Amino acid sequence: MARPADVAAFALGALRGYRLRTLLMLVAMGIGVAAVVVLTALGEGARRYVADSFASLGTHLLIVLPGRAETRGGVPTTLMGETPRDLTLDDARALLRSRHIRRIAPISVGGSVVSWRARQRDSIVLGTSADFLAIRRWSMRRGRFLPRGELDAAEPVCIIGETVRRELFGVTPALGRWLRIGEYRFRVIGILASSGRSIGVDTQELVIIPVASAQAIFNNPSLFRIIVEARSREDIPRAKADILRIIRARHQGEEDITVITQDAVLATFDRIFRALTLAVGGIAAISLGVAGILIMNVMLVAVTQRRPEIGLLKALGATPRTILLLFLAEAALLSSAGAGLGLVVGQAGSWAVRLGFPVLPAYAPWWASLAGVLVAVGTGTLFSLLPARRAARLDPVAALARR
Amino acid sequence: MTALVRLQGIRRDFRVGDQVVHALDGIDLAVETGEYLAITGPSGSGKSTLLNVIGLLDRPTAGRYELRGEDVTLLSDEQQAAVRNRTIGFVFQFFHLVPRLTAQENVELPMLLAGIAPEERAGRAAAVLDRLGLADRRHHRPDQLSGGQRQRVAIARATVMQPALILADEPTGNLDTHSGAEVIGILEQLNAEGITLIVVTHDTGIAGRARRRVHIVDGAIQSDRARDPAHGETG
Ligand SMILES: Nc1ncnc2c1ncn2[C@@H]1O[C@H](COP(=O)(O)OP(=O)(O)O)[C@@H](O)[C@H]1O
Ligand SMILES: [Mg+2]
Repeated sequence: MARPADVAAFALGALRGYRLRTLLMLVAMGIGVAAVVVLTALGEGARRYVADSFASLGTHLLIVLPGRAETRGGVPTTLMGETPRDLTLDDARALLRSRHIRRIAPISVGGSVVSWRARQRDSIVLGTSADFLAIRRWSMRRGRFLPRGELDAAEPVCIIGETVRRELFGVTPALGRWLRIGEYRFRVIGILASSGRSIGVDTQELVIIPVASAQAIFNNPSLFRIIVEARSREDIPRAKADILRIIRARHQGEEDITVITQDAVLATFDRIFRALTLAVGGIAAISLGVAGILIMNVMLVAVTQRRPEIGLLKALGATPRTILLLFLAEAALLSSAGAGLGLVVGQAGSWAVRLGFPVLPAYAPWWASLAGVLVAVGTGTLFSLLPARRAARLDPVAALARR
Repeated sequence: MTALVRLQGIRRDFRVGDQVVHALDGIDLAVETGEYLAITGPSGSGKSTLLNVIGLLDRPTAGRYELRGEDVTLLSDEQQAAVRNRTIGFVFQFFHLVPRLTAQENVELPMLLAGIAPEERAGRAAAVLDRLGLADRRHHRPDQLSGGQRQRVAIARATVMQPALILADEPTGNLDTHSGAEVIGILEQLNAEGITLIVVTHDTGIAGRARRRVHIVDGAIQSDRARDPAHGETG
């Protein structure tokens, strides 16, 4: 029985002997594996991009919304003849009683025309409190943020985003100027730094005022939501329980709010993107199947081409098993080399993606690369089973005959 | 002493369409160790088929084949492969060297298949090539060798396992007269050293040199004559 090292060396020699064929199969396998690597890198990059964006929202956050998002006992609460109770500033204040909650920021939001002298523009006006800046981890370019004080103090001050500043004031210094929001006048006390990534809001187009002022402008005593920061990540579940308990007590025993934890949202996105990554990876893996079929065809041609060689090997005492092993070794070596090539090309491709889109951390997950290589070597070898069997069963007399 | 090869009632039928060709039609033949046998006959008479059966490359349709007293038709494919590897050496009309391998590597093939270690293979292959005058051609590929040299490489490959039996099917059929004579000379030298030699040929000159000549017509032995200087030719 031939030694494994000799079988491998012989197979390698055969691969070198048929360069074009070898090159073709390397490319086919390489493309398949590279596709798996690059596509999963893209999927994983998108997932991480979203995860990072969430992290930039601030850590251990909970969001309190008025109304219930779920149904209870099969009957949606809105069908029970009740509109949800307002979420008020007093509700927000009451939340601070929980020792698992570090700080809160009530939010009241609406759109309004903002003007200074003759210039005006439509803007999103966000009413909140002093802690909002720290909770969202935003920072100031100039001036200061909302003053600390009672939540219901409707001071006539505002903080504006960079775009609003440019469009209203141009080269005139904005700090200290009075602008109009609807019917009300506000003094500009700060300008927001354009923060890095943030989901959903463009800080540069915002106007921020005290929450009580916003409630007055929009004539709406109900809060849009309350952002709550727990003391630590571990405090999140207890903070959530406290929020539900406190609000229920204040709302006559009705649980008419929804608390979203950042973790839950993140987990959902995570699941979606993982599924997406798996899906594109799977589609790319199909190309490996195609490469496998190509390998099968090329190996079938090789067996036909090398009939005399196979006949000779049999005459010299090669068992059917040895012939089988020789051809399988050829296919395995070839698909391994192809997979290796694909891995390199795929990594280079991911690198190029990262170069082109620096915000996207496009690194292929290790399990995807591993799976790509395993599927490549697996299909390459498996699809060569049929040609290798055919070679092993070849009648040596017929194989040696010249025709 | 038991014969090296003993064939009894060997038949080999080929089905071609709905016709059956009797390539071998009841062959009885015994070959002793050390013999030098020429098989002759017209084209299509069954010479190659007979050689293939003896070489375990082909299984007879019927009949009994004993190699060194053992019924080899009962062996599995794997066992037959092992017997071919150790006991039988083939020399073909078209050499059948692997084109991408050097002379040395071609000669090493049977040893590689036997699982012999690389160092030993290299030494033995070199020694045999040396003996056949190919020392300076060891690292040449077949396309860099003349026909006569290629056939000598093939003979080196056939003998490197020190087989009991060499089967040569028209070994000079593709060579010029000079190279052909050289190759026959080498084969006869090997026979003189004790290896049993069976040569299929339609060259009467070569057949005349063999000590025994079996003539086949239509798959049956028509004559089996020894060229014995003491007793003359017998039928
Ligand atoms: N594989 C085969 N299929 C069908 N017929 C065959 C096959 N091999 C040989 N034959 C037939 O068997 C007969 C003997 O062939 P062969 O042994 O090659 O003759 P020789 O070597 O004496 O020229 C011929 O008639 C040939 O056509
Ligand atoms: Mg013939």
